[in-house]
Amino acid sequence: MLQIKNLKAKIDNKEILKGLNLDIKPGEVHAIMGPNGSGKSTLSNVLSGKKGYSVSGEVKYLNENLLDLEIEERAHKGIFLAFQYPLEIPGVNTNIFLKTSLNAIKKAKGEKELDAIEFLKLVKQKAAELKFDEKILSRQLNVGFSGGEKKKNEILQMSILNPKLSILDETDSGLDIDALKTVSEGVNALRSKDSSFLIITHYQRLLDYIEPDFVHVLINGQIVKSGGSELALELESKGYESLS
Amino acid sequence: MDAREKEIEKLKDYKYGFSTDIENTRAPKGLNEEVIKFISNIKKEPKWMLDWRLKAFERLKQLKEPNWQKPKYPKIDYQDLYYYSAPKSMDDKPKSLDELDPKLLETYKKLGIPLQEQARLNGIAVDAVFDSVSVATTFKGELNKKGIIFCSMSEAIQEHPELVKKYLGSVIPLSDHYFATLNSAVFTDGSFVYIPEGVRCPMELSTYFRINATETGQFERTLIIANKGSYVSYLEGCTAPMRDENQLHAANVELIALDDAEIKYSTVQNWYPGDKDGKGGIYNFVTKRGLCKGKNSKISWTQVETGSAITWKYPSCILKGDNSVGEFYSIAITNNHQKADTGTKMIHLGKNTKSKIISKGISAGFADNTYRGLVDIARNADNARNFTQCDSLLMGNKCGAHTVPYIKNKNSSSNIEHEATTSKISDEQLFYCNQRGLNQEEAVSLIVNGFCKEVLQQLPMEFAVEAQKLVGISLEGSVG
Repeated sequence: MLQIKNLKAKIDNKEILKGLNLDIKPGEVHAIMGPNGSGKSTLSNVLSGKKGYSVSGEVKYLNENLLDLEIEERAHKGIFLAFQYPLEIPGVNTNIFLKTSLNAIKKAKGEKELDAIEFLKLVKQKAAELKFDEKILSRQLNVGFSGGEKKKNEILQMSILNPKLSILDETDSGLDIDALKTVSEGVNALRSKDSSFLIITHYQRLLDYIEPDFVHVLINGQIVKSGGSELALELESKGYESLS
Repeated sequence: MDAREKEIEKLKDYKYGFSTDIENTRAPKGLNEEVIKFISNIKKEPKWMLDWRLKAFERLKQLKEPNWQKPKYPKIDYQDLYYYSAPKSMDDKPKSLDELDPKLLETYKKLGIPLQEQARLNGIAVDAVFDSVSVATTFKGELNKKGIIFCSMSEAIQEHPELVKKYLGSVIPLSDHYFATLNSAVFTDGSFVYIPEGVRCPMELSTYFRINATETGQFERTLIIANKGSYVSYLEGCTAPMRDENQLHAANVELIALDDAEIKYSTVQNWYPGDKDGKGGIYNFVTKRGLCKGKNSKISWTQVETGSAITWKYPSCILKGDNSVGEFYSIAITNNHQKADTGTKMIHLGKNTKSKIISKGISAGFADNTYRGLVDIARNADNARNFTQCDSLLMGNKCGAHTVPYIKNKNSSSNIEHEATTSKISDEQLFYCNQRGLNQEEAVSLIVNGFCKEVLQQLPMEFAVEAQKLVGISLEGSVG
């Protein structure tokens, strides 16, 4: 699904990613852990196409050169980024935003767009599955949402857009244990043989709920160690110091 | 690119920019007594109307063009304009839509207002004004059954002189200011609405203003009277062909609401804004004023201003009746080299009068957008209340947004609130929308529509959808 070779990224002439390699196959869940400033968020930004970075190396996504695609084209082709800090858009109803987004992606794929009634049916079903309070959907997008509501909203969007590669950027930060469970259940429900996940996190606790196939340790812009889910436990007890 | 391709490329930016090739009857060029007599004569007006016009013209000679506004413009040569231009086929007034010049029908069809179908479909009654003349008004018969008068101004002068005499100039006096007085002297056509006592107008009334002829000013005059306990919702739309020259549109609109009456007046203004370099476009210098004459009356202005090279207008409310309410909801979008200086005046005269002002200014490209407003509480206006909210949204770093609120308060029991914000669309917001599959233009349109929501909600449903699209289109190419 995703092959990253020797990925380097600079911002304001400062090199953040320094030759990163990663291979994600369909159906796999990869976790990336690392200390502050190791380049975790930069990786998610670069993969989703955020402007402002000068990027080199090779990233193949579904056999296409990912770095050549615009942000929205990547979204159309199934890349979804759950934001660490979801943005507020005043005046825009959450439902409308979701419908606009879903239909933009459907249109790009040449699929039939959903009308309001079909959409509401879908959103109701998904919200129920995620135990997500529907009332939130008629509020302005992320405006006045609590931290937990914002993150849940990201997961709801993910489940509606049904992406192929989901990147979760520190989705667990700022969540209480109940919200963490809800979010994890949402992710687990979406796991399938065709969809892959890249989960970026500081802490091991999210991985208690979402069991990864692989864990990678990102330090100073490079992956220094990879392993199975046991690696996360090891990090939790020994810290990153032991690896740097 | 050949000429046709160029034309098509241009039309992509402003789809109403075509012109209709039609033979015109014109007044001789210039502004003088003879031209005013020509206009009055061709409209077969009674003498009192001509006298009124000439009085305005006398007054005009003593007035100076105002110059305090922010957007400056090159001097207008008033002697180099045509003050009357109408399709020749309108000389012998067509009695029905079937007799109307097919070219005119075609024009309105292209503008998305199929007059013939409109006449059959339920919904909205339309008065179609083409340059200096109203070419058709639909649904007249049905409205007449309820005693509602909806016709062109010219027709009202003939058929309902008592109402016109009583109310014309009663809100915007003859000698109000330069452009209003110019309009009083040379106004050509516009709509006239009268809603009798206790009647709720069963459909939206609307006027579609179209400028077509070159070197011609459009001087529309609209008068709406809502008698006691009545209600009417009225909407105007405006477009013009793309021309390199600037064209003047100086309209006067007067609204009168008697006891317990309500008038809702919505505008979707999409005059040609000029090209990307600021060449051409309409000067939209309009005087709009409503008088809440009776107690418990209400006048609500909603405007979506996306077109024109310069928009300069302050739809206002004089709250004379006790407990009367004035509202002003505005979206002003300026892109490229467009300029706007717009806002409202809320004049509180009666007791317990209330006013609300919600203004959303959006500026992109090299544009300049000013909100200017007056809240004036008179000595006897006990317990008057005003709430004002002015929000500005900037796109890019070459445009400007200004807020100039004036408050005059002579009564200590009043309550006046003013809120203002200035914001920018952040790169992070755009990134978020892009990541959800929206391209740059869709993202901007979504965010701006969110910003304008409170105002868009005020529009009649049929027009809200169009206005939302227009908001997106007006800002195309503004981010990138």
